[in-house]
Amino acid sequence: MTSVTVLIPTLLRPCTAGRKEVTLHPDEAHDVAAVLDRLGVLHPLLEGRIRDETGALRRFVNIYVDGEEVRRLDLLGTPVRAGATIMIMQSVAGG
Amino acid sequence: MSAAGSTLLAIGTRKGLWLASSRDRRTWTVSEPHFLMEEIPSVAIDVRGGRVRLFAGRMSWHFGPCLVHSDDLGASWTEPREGSIRFGPADGAALERIWQIQPDSEDRPGVVWAGCQPISVWRSTDHGETFELNRGLWDHPHRPDWGAGFGGAAAHTVLPSPRDATVHVAMSTGGVYRSDDGGNSWHPRNRGISAYFLPEPAPDFGQCVHKVARDAVDPDRLYAQNHRGVYATRDGGDSWQSIAERLPADFGFVMLTHPRRGGTAWVIPLESDGERIPPGGHLAVHRTDDGGATWEAGDTGLPAPDYNAVLRDAACTDTADVAGVYFGTRGGSVYASADEGRSFQEVIGHLPDVLSVRAAVVPG
Repeated sequence: MTSVTVLIPTLLRPCTAGRKEVTLHPDEAHDVAAVLDRLGVLHPLLEGRIRDETGALRRFVNIYVDGEEVRRLDLLGTPVRAGATIMIMQSVAGG
Repeated sequence: MSAAGSTLLAIGTRKGLWLASSRDRRTWTVSEPHFLMEEIPSVAIDVRGGRVRLFAGRMSWHFGPCLVHSDDLGASWTEPREGSIRFGPADGAALERIWQIQPDSEDRPGVVWAGCQPISVWRSTDHGETFELNRGLWDHPHRPDWGAGFGGAAAHTVLPSPRDATVHVAMSTGGVYRSDDGGNSWHPRNRGISAYFLPEPAPDFGQCVHKVARDAVDPDRLYAQNHRGVYATRDGGDSWQSIAERLPADFGFVMLTHPRRGGTAWVIPLESDGERIPPGGHLAVHRTDDGGATWEAGDTGLPAPDYNAVLRDAACTDTADVAGVYFGTRGGSVYASADEGRSFQEVIGHLPDVLSVRAAVVPG
């Protein structure tokens, strides 16, 4: 078993009690939606910052799977391999 | 004011929350910002039951909205593990913004209301920890016909009556709705309020009411600042009459009432919807003591000229004996009056746009 690693941005670490990363078992992280579902169980406030209640990825949040932005792939259906690194980032929006 | 406390002033802006405190309402100590870079469209200070709970409705453009509270005057903030205000999977909606946090009356100490975007009203019975969606309004048959103002489609005002189970809600756009049964059913109460921007200017609903405030003595008397038009009702909203005739302009966003005295209200007029500045650059708080028959401008201590608007929740009163009046501008200046709106002093200037202010006398 090689775990999936989710990197947590600084602004969202209050939702993980300060943890910089969360590791998930690959069986519960086969795609991005499953990763977020699992985060919703472990850290529900964190998941709520990434997806809204309808399940949609928030407009100014980006998710990268092994360096590839999921909006360029299959969005929340993007597959996640064992050992993958998931990076969650706020986009360069704002004024 | 009470000698046994200080005044806490919560200032929500487009880029964070500031907390100011004062013992005399003239000299203020202002905190460093909380929630920097997040909008704070709503704040509340709940002083019921001998404790102080501070609420902040936060809105991050990246990470969405959330409601937090503090029981130690902002030293620490709490958000319940599952969040406070969340739509369910079957609702098909996502919370966009918390526009109003309204503690209920003293004899309902655990009850807190929230008005939100999309247009929705929420009620907490556990002191604001968790909220339940009001189904009566959410499932209302008028919902498809409610619209969005420039700021979004929101229930921005929630006014539970201290006398009985009556609740008034104001939304933009939709107008005023009243429930006589604690929120189970809702009916439009807009007769007499103009919707000049619609082909039929006097519809049952669809008005863009910007703010409503309830009279301190008679719960059936309310005052409304409309999108053009200032109105009062003596029958709980069954009918509204204009009280704008002696004001310099009938546009604006603010409506405040006195915490104890009937017939006293304040507005901050803006020229018009096409010219959203104080009339002629003359920023002033206008006060009536006779239910709107006459108005007196309070501008002592305010800058002249000032071309900044004041938004609907960027004004408040406190509950001190000789009530304080507070407001903040889109130019980031916050003013306080310790004499019921006759004269003002600047609390702080050069903040981001002020979106919300609330004040209360707190221990210490």
